[in-house]
Order: sequence, then structure tokens, then C-alpha cells
Amino acid sequence: MSARASVPKWLLLRRGAQLAFLALFLAGPWFGFWIVKGNYNYSLTLDLLPLTDPYVLLQSLLAGHRPERNALLGAAIVAVCYALVGGRVFCAWVCPVNPVTDLAAWLRSRLGIKGGAHVSRHARFGLLAMTLVLALATGSIAWEFVNPVSLLHRGLFFGFGLAWTAVLAVFLFDLVFMNRGWCGHLCPVGAFYSLLGHRSLLRVALPRRAACDDCNDCFAVCPEPLVIRAPLKDAGVRPVILSPQCTNCGRCIDVCAKDVFAFGTRFQHSPPLDACQAPK
Amino acid sequence: MNASTSRRQFIVDAARMACGVGMAGLGLGAYVKQAQALPPVAFRPPGARSEQDFLGACIRCGLCVRDCPPQILGLAQPGQPVATGTPYFVARSGACEMCENLPCIKACPTGALDHRLTDVAQARMGLAVLVDHETCLNFLGLRCDVCYRVCPLIDKAITLEPRHNERTGRHTIFEPVVHADACTGCGKCEASCVLEVAAIKVLPMPLAKGELGSHYRLGWKEKEKAGGSLVAPEIEHRYQLPEGLRYEAGKGLATETPQ
Repeated sequence: MSARASVPKWLLLRRGAQLAFLALFLAGPWFGFWIVKGNYNYSLTLDLLPLTDPYVLLQSLLAGHRPERNALLGAAIVAVCYALVGGRVFCAWVCPVNPVTDLAAWLRSRLGIKGGAHVSRHARFGLLAMTLVLALATGSIAWEFVNPVSLLHRGLFFGFGLAWTAVLAVFLFDLVFMNRGWCGHLCPVGAFYSLLGHRSLLRVALPRRAACDDCNDCFAVCPEPLVIRAPLKDAGVRPVILSPQCTNCGRCIDVCAKDVFAFGTRFQHSPPLDACQAPK
Repeated sequence: MNASTSRRQFIVDAARMACGVGMAGLGLGAYVKQAQALPPVAFRPPGARSEQDFLGACIRCGLCVRDCPPQILGLAQPGQPVATGTPYFVARSGACEMCENLPCIKACPTGALDHRLTDVAQARMGLAVLVDHETCLNFLGLRCDVCYRVCPLIDKAITLEPRHNERTGRHTIFEPVVHADACTGCGKCEASCVLEVAAIKVLPMPLAKGELGSHYRLGWKEKEKAGGSLVAPEIEHRYQLPEGLRYEAGKGLATETPQ
């Protein structure tokens, strides 16, 4: 293990963002400051800005409903934003389940829990398709009955009921049964957002990939480690993580002692350091 | 050899995933089917589409709950017997106040609460029914009248119909009668019923209403519509009478006179 970069800047920023989003929503029900009403399925900010989860709206459309203007407008705004910054930015920077599964992953590695179920990371797309088919078949937004993401988020502002059981289930599943099981393998919400951000502009680039000393810190910390290998190790691939599964969480930037990673755009071309490094 | 093994592996993996996803889908589908049954005491806000359509249209955001001035709406939590994340109210614990400007409908971003409903008197959340004639104070001969007095559509949705009190022999029973053409199902009557358990209850439409067979025609209505009798000429009513007797309107029984 190489020495870590001193301050995990992006991790702190990310936790700050997650807290800030929650605080915005909590300010109303807890303190009476109604900046935002609703939850991530749909919210209205300052009685003006509608924001809709396009995934839920898509299910509603498939269930046979024609939504009113605000829901459509909100979905368009959200879709455009995530299409630009990366769909799974939602997962890393906004989603309330992320701190839960991050905690589970951290605890799993601290406790040295290994092994568990083997499920393809493509399973989430299967589940995504399943939720869409179910909406079509039942005429109901079926996934919303069990979606841990909205159960947790809605629960915080409207009362939990038994929603905590779903959150606990996700936590224990990730801790005991599968490393990064929920967010990394199963969650159809993340799968949807990864498709949404397929061509996103904001990406993690590797402007100093030649400086990599193979310490593997980035692979160890990355919630989607498959996305790193090619742009880091394959000289024929441009030095930018283009995989839509990358959540732009920035953990690799934090942990790399050689400053290989940095936020950039998907158009990242020949890195300046690569050019002046002599081939090994 | 290697290619065929990996192809086989790929097919096995794909089949495994399809099975897993299929099982999850069947499980979720079965769960949803039973979890989306709405209990008869829970009512949707005004303008809600039919329950089946509502569950496809409601995006579970809770904005109607936030914008409900009397705060009678709840957003169903897991563990409650209402589809998770959808709005409802229970008449007995908090009836709909029938706000004139319908803030809940205005707040709904999807139209799960139908924006075409602009007159709250046209809302049909349910239908009040005086289910228990044995405990209702008015039926016992008292002048409680509370359900009638609190009704936002007094004398339209609930009227008091006088009839003879057989028990005392000299009093009147004022029977509260609900009229389905006016009742919105707001639940004010149920909420304010003075009994320990309300004698008048709001019921979901399918529980509250009967329905005539589609082939039924009510003679007097058809007559009204047509502006006159549809059966011509109008046949005089005949009775089965003993031989030699006949009945004449205004005269009664008369002996048949041989012609």
C-alpha cells in the first residue's frame, strides 16, 4: 500500500452533498422551512422548479398513465442534467442508500468478511427490465412497493413505518452476502441512471496514468472496479473512464498517491504526462 | 473447445440471470397484487382516478399530503395496508374538508388526482351510508341530527325524512337519508357521529352502491322520457276473482251481470 493522499477531498465533498440534499428536504418537515417539498420521485423547489425521477415516470407511462405537464417537465430537467454530469452521479452524490452501502462495504473490509454470492453485475439490467415489464403487466408502479431508495428517502420525510427493514436488508446483504451487492449488482435505479448517463460529459480522466505504480488502491476503493482497468492499463484506450457504470464518486482521485486521476470530460485525449514519459 | 466452453458458460450465466430475475419478478408481482388492495376505511383524495389507474399514475411524491390545509392526508408507509407511498385519509380520524380551491389536486404533478375536477362538490371519494339503524340516535327517536348538520351539502347529500315513531306512538323519527347524487364521500358525517363507533360510515363506491341489471327499464321513467305511456292502450288492472264477480274502479266488487 502506498501512502494515501492526506485529505479525502472528494469523499468529504460527496458526503457534504448527500447531507445537503437531505437537509434541503428535511428543512420543511422538521423546521418548517419549505424550500423543497416531496421526495426524489418528484419534488417542487421554491414552488417553482419541478424535478421528477424519470425512471418512476417511465414506469408510470408504461403502466398506461399520461402524466400532467409538471411531471414531464421535471423528468426532462432531471434527465438532461444527469445526461450531462453522468447518470450515476445520482448514485454517488444524491442517493440516500449510498451512505448505507458504503458503510456496509467499509465494515465488510474492516471485518475481513470475504466471499458470498456471485451475481453478474449485469443483473441490475435484468431487474431494470423486470420492473418495466411489471409496470406494463400490472398497470401499477410495482417497483415503488419495494424500492429501498424511495422507501428510505420518503421515510425520512413522511414517516418510516417498516421501511427500515428494507434498508437494514440492503445493509446486511452488502455486509454479509455480497460485496457491493446492492448498488454494484442489483439496483435497477442505478442501472437506469447509468443508461441515462451513457454519453455524459463529466468523466473521471487519467491524465497521469503513466505514473501508476500498480498499488491497486483505486481498485480496492472503487465501488465499480471493472471500470478502471482498461483506461488505466490498456495503452490503446483513451485515458478516461467512459464506462457508464462509473459513479463519478471520485474515490480513486482521493486514494491515488500518484495523482493519476482527475475529473475531466469524456473528450480527454493524449495526457500531457504520457507524452513526456519515456516508455518502460 | 475453449470458445465452446465459454459460449456454454455464457448461456448458462444468461439463463441463470433470466431465471433469477424472473423469480424476483413473479415474487414482486404476487406481492404487489395483494399489497395494492385498498382497505375499505382508506380513501383517496378528491379527484383520484379509479384505484387501478391511480396506482399507475401516482408517483408517490406526497405533495398532495403537504398541500392539504387541514393535514388529514397521510402518505402510506410500509406496514400500513395501503399501497406504500400513496396518499389516503381515514374518515373517522380526519375527514376531507372539501377545500373549494382543491389544493391537493393542484399539487399533484401527474394527474393521478384528476385536474379536470374543479368543483369539489363533484368529487366522489366514497359514499356515506347509514349502516347501523339500530344504534343511530335519530332512529331511536332522538334528535341528534349531527351528521345532517355537519354535512357540507346539507339538504342535498343528507336529508332528514320524517316517519312515525311506532315505539312511542306519538313522535316522529327523523331518518337521515344519504343521496348518492350529491354525497362526495368527504366523511364529515362519519367523523362527527357521536356514537362510540359511527353508525354512519363512508364506504367505497363498489361497497356502497347496488347496480341495476343493464336491461332494466323503470316504467315510470321511460314514460316520462317518452312523454306518455309506451304501452297503448293502458290496460286496466285485473284481479283473479271468483266466478260471477268483477271489480270496478271506484265501485269495488260487483256482481257480474250476464250480458
